Amino acid sequence: MIEHRPFITFLAHFTLIIGIAIVAFPIWVTFVAATHDAVRMTQVPLPMLPGDQFFINLKKALFEGIGGAGGIPVGMMMLNSLVVALMIATGKIIISLLSAFAIVYFKFPFRMAFFWMIFLTLMLPVEVRILPTFEVVADLGMLNSFWGLSIPLIASATATFMFRQVFLTVPDEMLEAARVDGAGPMRFFFDILLPLSRTNIAALFVILFIYGWNQYLWPLLITTDASMFTVVMGIKQMLEAAEQAPEWHLIMMTALLAMLPPVVVVLTMQRMFVKGLTETDK
Amino acid sequence: MAEIVLDGVRKSYGKVEVIKGVDWKINDGEFVVIVGPSGCGKSTLLRMIAGLEAITAGEISIGDTVVNDLEPSERNIAMVFQNYALYPHMSVYQNMAYGLKIKKIPKDEIDKRVQRAAEILELEEYLDRPPRQLSGGQRQRVAMGRAIVRQPAVFLFDEPLSNLDAKLRVQMRLEIKKLQEDLGITSVYVTHDQVEAMTLGHRLAVLNGGVVEQLGTPIEVYEKPATVFVAGFIGSPSMNLLEARLDEAGAFVVLAGGAKIALPSPLGEYGGRDVTFGVRPEHLEDKGKGANNLQLSLNVRVVEQLGADTLVHGTLGENGAELVARLDGIRTLSQGHVLELNMAAKSIHLFDGKTGRRLG
Amino acid sequence: MLKRVHFGTSILPFLLVAPQIIITLVFFIWPASQALYQSLLIEDAFGLSREFVWFENFIDLAGNGLYFDTFRRTAFFSVTVAGIAMASALVLAAMADRIIKGALTYRTLLIWPYAVAPVVAGALWVFMFDPTLGIFAYALNIIGVDWNHKLSGDQAMALVVMASAWKQIAYNFLFFIAAMQSIPKSLIEAAAIDGAGPVKRFFTIIFPLITPTTFFLLVVNVVYAFFDTFGIIHAVTQGGPAKATEILVYKVFNDGFVGLDLGGSAAQSVILMIIVIALTVIQFRYIEKKVEYS
Repeated sequence: MIEHRPFITFLAHFTLIIGIAIVAFPIWVTFVAATHDAVRMTQVPLPMLPGDQFFINLKKALFEGIGGAGGIPVGMMMLNSLVVALMIATGKIIISLLSAFAIVYFKFPFRMAFFWMIFLTLMLPVEVRILPTFEVVADLGMLNSFWGLSIPLIASATATFMFRQVFLTVPDEMLEAARVDGAGPMRFFFDILLPLSRTNIAALFVILFIYGWNQYLWPLLITTDASMFTVVMGIKQMLEAAEQAPEWHLIMMTALLAMLPPVVVVLTMQRMFVKGLTETDK
Repeated sequence: MAEIVLDGVRKSYGKVEVIKGVDWKINDGEFVVIVGPSGCGKSTLLRMIAGLEAITAGEISIGDTVVNDLEPSERNIAMVFQNYALYPHMSVYQNMAYGLKIKKIPKDEIDKRVQRAAEILELEEYLDRPPRQLSGGQRQRVAMGRAIVRQPAVFLFDEPLSNLDAKLRVQMRLEIKKLQEDLGITSVYVTHDQVEAMTLGHRLAVLNGGVVEQLGTPIEVYEKPATVFVAGFIGSPSMNLLEARLDEAGAFVVLAGGAKIALPSPLGEYGGRDVTFGVRPEHLEDKGKGANNLQLSLNVRVVEQLGADTLVHGTLGENGAELVARLDGIRTLSQGHVLELNMAAKSIHLFDGKTGRRLG
Repeated sequence: MLKRVHFGTSILPFLLVAPQIIITLVFFIWPASQALYQSLLIEDAFGLSREFVWFENFIDLAGNGLYFDTFRRTAFFSVTVAGIAMASALVLAAMADRIIKGALTYRTLLIWPYAVAPVVAGALWVFMFDPTLGIFAYALNIIGVDWNHKLSGDQAMALVVMASAWKQIAYNFLFFIAAMQSIPKSLIEAAAIDGAGPVKRFFTIIFPLITPTTFFLLVVNVVYAFFDTFGIIHAVTQGGPAKATEILVYKVFNDGFVGLDLGGSAAQSVILMIIVIALTVIQFRYIEKKVEYS
């Protein structure tokens, strides 16, 4: 469109660049802090340009850990985070696929009751049932375990709704054709529905991986054993320790490491990420 | 009231040139239809006149003003979009009044114009409704009303009827034609529909691959297509186009199958050239052999009965080129039947085999 | 809801929904009902005695000025976070919507904070504003502002608001830009032909048409500020100083896990539950109302 508004175009770029600067500045500060040694990080004003200690700090954080977080190496916490994030993402996708399949493709008693029960989970975030859920997990002996960290979080109304929506758009003729070809329900599920939902599954996986990786309150409640800490929790432990002996260079290195996997996922799978976000939430 | 002049107008997206130099002059009050296959650049051309696309080279003027760098709102145009582009959150009245409000036209004047347009378009009862409560035809009318109230120098239509069903389309086609005649506003109308192209405009521009192949009255375009493309594009069913060669003297056309047709007036200067021979299906007859008539024999393959007339598909000789004839009334012909066809000398078309341009 | 063509009754569908339903029952519905039940009890910290007291816990809360303060604080916090995060995202999206070249680059650079965990976001901000070392605390000191969020409640609140809004801009930006780009281009063109300039178009066409998205985001942002900011507050201020940043969720956690006031904490949970239910209902009602283009 022909439009002579150089000022507005300039303003648009200018505003966006300012916006990006505000968004990115904390990361820059974090990165810079992770490249200096402990001594430099106690001198005011703090540096604004990177130093040369990046790899030394990286090695120290990854393999030795920091006092205050139980001396657990960050590398191990990241491994824990990875396991938890993968378990949550995969678990949510599997059970949501199965229940959406049942609700859309089967006529059976209590179908709608089940549907509303799943819907209800939307209204019960961890935060409103902290104590009793903790008690349940404790009674089941799932404290300080990967199962305890993941299973209570894998019920998902949003994922179930999304798959339900996807299945509803699959033409009826698919099932009719599959039946004519002699496919039973599970065959139909694996051979037709799963392949058709592939991109939705991928998009959802991106979102759920981030969700799982970033879990905080729940791991905080049910892990007391430092070897089960996730990296997101580890940060908090370090911050507490920083009250006495601030090791900002290592804390910020850990912060970088903690945000790296989800940020990389968002940036490299941007299309999937945007799809996942807009389709599950709308 | 204004004329539109395009002078060497070009448009490229990166390295791809989509409009390859268009020159024409649309007279004041004239209704010009741009027609062409999809992707030929017809919408782009219209959007360039509107100022929705910048032009890469050349000059566009509306009235006495060169509008190359003017914004759409400064060009004194109104446009009707294919999907109508009605503002969904405004009532019919507000939709029509929006542009006038921005121009800061006094309220009572706006009201007068909107009421007048509503009257012309029979929309009075719907003024307070949101667009979603209207039928397709009514939305179409609102879109036109929005154009009318602006009292523009130029109307631009971008396939405005393509979202309507067949019956409504016929009705709206007549309404648009009548409206344009009544208001006398210079109009440019883009379509891919044959019938709209033939019936609506004073003149017709046939666009292909970013080039205007022919600009003329619908009858001119039908009777004397300037190129092979125009010949094949205008008319339904399409003109029969056959590969052929002129004999050395330029007195006969020799078709690929060997059939020879004598030309009414020899084309000596083109003797020996490859040509494309064309004849419209409706100009082939199986009766009334006149002295001047030329003849072909058709091996019947498929017959389509349309009621009013009959389409006969067949080949010239045993395995020659394929040909269609449109014969009056109902005919019962079986496959393999050999049909002797005549055509009037004036109804044959010859095009240069290389350039595709009309000969003679 | 159900396909016209479907499978008949058998044991299979029950098996298929079983995992989801079992998890829902064990970890959602049962604990929630426990919270409901506990909210009607008074229990001592060691679980030795419990007494059924009907709504006494709720009456206590209602009469408790501190709880009311928390409520007001949470409202202020949510509105401010939602306001800042949505307004800045809207401005950025409106600008990005105008730009054709480089739009994807801008988007990429703006969306990644979504992936940063709240606690990590908290850590970044608490570091930048550390009263003795932080770069902003230092800068503020130079211009004569004495920054210490560990002492000043207002400053602590400002800090958690900034950190929370910072993280949410990405999400809002994505939804705003998606909404703007789903407006048919011909509508914008029609408005341009009608003589509306970019600013006028934004206020009379674009903004009204993205209203459903704005409402949706408003609810999502309030939910975010209510619940998901726990990590930020826990990392930055632990609700302090002197409860200046203690929002409802934080108080539930604090009273239950730290203060071991089980009945009171459960009663607060129930109130939160009611809030979530209300917000969810609003959200679902609004999503039904989508703008219809032509």
